[in-house]
Amino acid sequence: MDILSNLALGFSIALSPWTLMLAFVGCFVGTIIGALPGLGPSNGVALLIPISFSMGLDAISALVLLTSVYYGAMYGGRISSILLNIPGDEPAMMTTLDGYPMAKQGRAGDALVISGVASFYGALLATIGLMLLAPLLSRVAFEFGPAEYFALYMLAFCTLGGVGSNNQAKAALAAALGLGIAMIGLDQTTGMPRFTFGELHLMDGIDFLVAIVGLFAVSEVFHFIESHGKDSAIGVKLGRITIPWRDLGRTHGAMARGTGIGFLAGILPGAGASLGSFLAYMAEKSVSRNRANFGKGAPEGVAAPEAGNNAAAGGALVPMLTLGVPGSGTTAVLLALLLTLNITPGPLLFTEKPDVVWSLIAALLIANVMLLIMNVPMVKVFVRILSVPSWVLLPGVTMVAFVGIYSLTGSSFDMLLMVAFGVLGWICRKLGIPTVPIILGILLGNAMEDNLRRAMVLSNGDWTYLFSSGISIGLWTAAVLGFVAPMFLRRFLKKPPIPATESYDRD
Amino acid sequence: MTKTFAAALRAGVLMTLVGATSATAAECIAPANPGGGWDFTCRQIGRILQEIGLESNLVQVTNMAGAGGGVAYTHVVSERDADPELIVAASSATTTRLAQNAFAGMTADQVRWVGTIAGDPGVIVVGKDSPFQTLSDLIEAVKADPSAVSFAGGSAVGGFDHLKVLMLMDRAGFEDARAIKYIGLDGGADAITQTVGGFTQAMTGDISEIQGFIRSGDVRALAVLSDERVSGFEDIPTAKEQGVDLVAMNWRGLYAPKGISDEEFARWTDALQKVADSDQWKQVMTENGLSPYTLIGADFQTFVNDNIAEIQEISREIGIIQ
Repeated sequence: MDILSNLALGFSIALSPWTLMLAFVGCFVGTIIGALPGLGPSNGVALLIPISFSMGLDAISALVLLTSVYYGAMYGGRISSILLNIPGDEPAMMTTLDGYPMAKQGRAGDALVISGVASFYGALLATIGLMLLAPLLSRVAFEFGPAEYFALYMLAFCTLGGVGSNNQAKAALAAALGLGIAMIGLDQTTGMPRFTFGELHLMDGIDFLVAIVGLFAVSEVFHFIESHGKDSAIGVKLGRITIPWRDLGRTHGAMARGTGIGFLAGILPGAGASLGSFLAYMAEKSVSRNRANFGKGAPEGVAAPEAGNNAAAGGALVPMLTLGVPGSGTTAVLLALLLTLNITPGPLLFTEKPDVVWSLIAALLIANVMLLIMNVPMVKVFVRILSVPSWVLLPGVTMVAFVGIYSLTGSSFDMLLMVAFGVLGWICRKLGIPTVPIILGILLGNAMEDNLRRAMVLSNGDWTYLFSSGISIGLWTAAVLGFVAPMFLRRFLKKPPIPATESYDRD
Repeated sequence: MTKTFAAALRAGVLMTLVGATSATAAECIAPANPGGGWDFTCRQIGRILQEIGLESNLVQVTNMAGAGGGVAYTHVVSERDADPELIVAASSATTTRLAQNAFAGMTADQVRWVGTIAGDPGVIVVGKDSPFQTLSDLIEAVKADPSAVSFAGGSAVGGFDHLKVLMLMDRAGFEDARAIKYIGLDGGADAITQTVGGFTQAMTGDISEIQGFIRSGDVRALAVLSDERVSGFEDIPTAKEQGVDLVAMNWRGLYAPKGISDEEFARWTDALQKVADSDQWKQVMTENGLSPYTLIGADFQTFVNDNIAEIQEISREIGIIQ
C-alpha cells in the first residue's frame, strides 16, 4: 500500500487553502487560455512561468498552478472547437468534426457536457495510470526506435482516409500538402535548410499553431463573411440545457476506448496528445455502431477524441517525469519549469523527490475534479457565446488569434503566414478538401521523415530494418488493415456513405 | 459571459503587470522558448544580478525563438545595435551556427562577446550492457568498422553534439569524418532512450541533461570531455586521461550589442564577473550539474574566434559548409 501512503503524502502537501486557490485560478485561466484560438496549453504555460517567478511561488505551488493551467487548457480547447469550429488548441482539432455539427443542430450544450465528462474520464484514468505504472511504463519508450516510430506515424496516415470527407483521394491530397509544408526548414539529418529562400523565419519550419489558426479560425471568418453567416452555429436557437444522461451512457464505451488509445499515445515521447485524439477518433469511427453519423454530429465523435487528448496529456507526463523526455510542446514547458525549480526529471525522480512527484499527482487529481465541477455548470455560460452578435464575436476571435500567434515568436511574419493559411483553408473548403489531414501532415511530417532517415542511417540503408521488430510489424499490419479495410467494408455493406457525407461537404 | 470576461481580464492584468515592471530595467533575450538552456541562462543570471544588487529592477527576460538563435541575433544586430540595457544568452550552439553561416550571413564580429560563466561538460555514454568498457574500446571499434557503431545525440547533424563525436574521432586520428554514423534527436534525454533501447551503440550529450541516467545505472559513461573530472561524477575519467586531448564544454554565456560604448560594455563584464563569483551562482551550478568555466571580456573574445575557426574546419570536412 505504498501508493496510498505516497498519495496521502502528496495530498498533505497539495491540499492547503493556498494551493487550492492556486489550483482554482490555474484551472480557470487554463480553460480560458485553452478556449482562445492561438493560445494553446504550451504558450499558456509558458506565459505563466515568469508570473509564477515574480509571485515568488515555491516549487510545489508553482507546480500546482501550472499543472492546473495545463489540464485546464486541455479541457478548454474543446469549447471553441464545438461552438465556433475553431480548435482552441491542436489536440482539440478532432473535436470540431462532430462537435460543431452538434452545435449547429442546437445541441451545443450537450456536446460541451459530453466532452467535459469525457475529458474528466480520460484525465482521471490517465492520472491513475501515471500513479500506478509510471516507472514501469517508462520502459515502453526504450522499445521504440526510429523504425517503430515511423510505423506508428504510417498508421496515423493510413487511417486518414475518412476524415471529414469520405473521399479518400481528397484526404490523401490534403495529407500530402501537409507533409510538403512540413519539409520547410532545417533538415535534421543533413543540417541543411530546405525551401527557406534565405528567410530566417522559415528556418525552424512552420509552426503548426500558425497553420491551425489560419486554416480553422481565419478561414472560418472568410467563410462567414462570404455566406453572411447563414450556416454557422452563431445565433442558432439553443435547446434547454440539461445533462444528456442518455448520451453519456451511450458514449461510455467511446470514452473508455479513447482513454486507452490516448494514454498509450501519450506515454510515447514521439506521439503526443494530437496523435492520441486523432487515433482515438479514427478507432471509434471504425468500431462504433453509430459510425454512419460520424462527421454529422455523433456524440461518440466528441467523446472519444476528448477522452483521448486528456488521457494523452496525463500519459505524456510519464516520459517527462521518468525520462526527462517531453512528449509534447506543453510537457516541454513543464519540464522547463521543473528544471528552473532545480528538479531534474529522470529515472531517479520518483525515489529521490517523492514529495514533488506525489504532490504533482495530487495536484493533477485536484485540478481534474475542480475542472469537472467548474466545467459542467459553466456550459450555460459558454453556450451564451453563441448569442453574442457575430459582428462582435468574430472580429474578437480574429483579434485573439492574431495576438496569440504574435506571442509565439513576436514576429509579424507569422501573422502574414497565418492569413495565407486562412486563404488556403477557404480554398480547401470550396473544393471539399478536409483540413485536418493538412494539420496532421505538418504535425507529424518532420518526425516521420526524421525517423525514417534515422532508421536508414542506423541500418546502413537496409529498408528491411523498418520491419525488423515485433512492434513495428504489428503497427504496419494495423496500418495496412486501417487503409484497406474501409474499402472492402464499404463494398460488403453495399451502402456507400458517400452521398451522405457530400451533403456535409457542401455545408 | 461576465465571469469569463472577468477571468480574461484578470489574466490580462497579470500579464501587463509583468510587462510594466520591466519598462526601465535591463533586458535579457533568450533566443528560444522558455525552458531551454538560454532561457535558463537569462533567468538565473537575471535573478542573481538583482539579488546581489547590481540591478535594482527585475531583469526582464524576453523569449525570442527562431532559427536556433538566428532571429534574435539579426534582431540585435539590425535593430538594437546601440542598446546598453540589452544582453543576450548564448552557448556553443550560437558559435556553432555562426561558424556554419546559419544566421543568414551574420558573423560573430557583429556583436560584443561578454563572457561565459559556466560550462556543461560533454560526455560519451554507452548502454549498461555495452561491450565497450573504455573510450579506446569505442574508438577502436569505430576505426575498425565505422558502419557498425552509431551515435545518438541531442542536436541535428552539424550541431554541437555531432561535432563532439567528430572532434573526438579527429583527435584520435580517424580521418574519414563522413563515415561516422550519427543520428540527431530532440535533446539529450531523447537520445538516451535510443541508446538504452539498444538502437544506437553510443550517445553524446551534455552531462547535466543525462545525469539521472548515469546515476541510475541505465547508461555507463566512458569519458567526460572536460579538463578535470566533474565534481559529483569523480569516477568518470576525462578523455584527456584516456589519451584523447578533447575538451568540449557547452558554455553558458552572454553577448551584447556591438554599438555600445566601452564603459557600457565594461559594466556588463564586471557584472558578469560578480555573478560568476557569487555564492548563488555556485549553488545554481551544483544543482544543475554545471562546471565552472569562466572567461570574460578579451579572453572570451579570443575563445569565440578560435572556437569558430575550429568548427568551420570540421564543418567543411563533413560538407555542411563549402
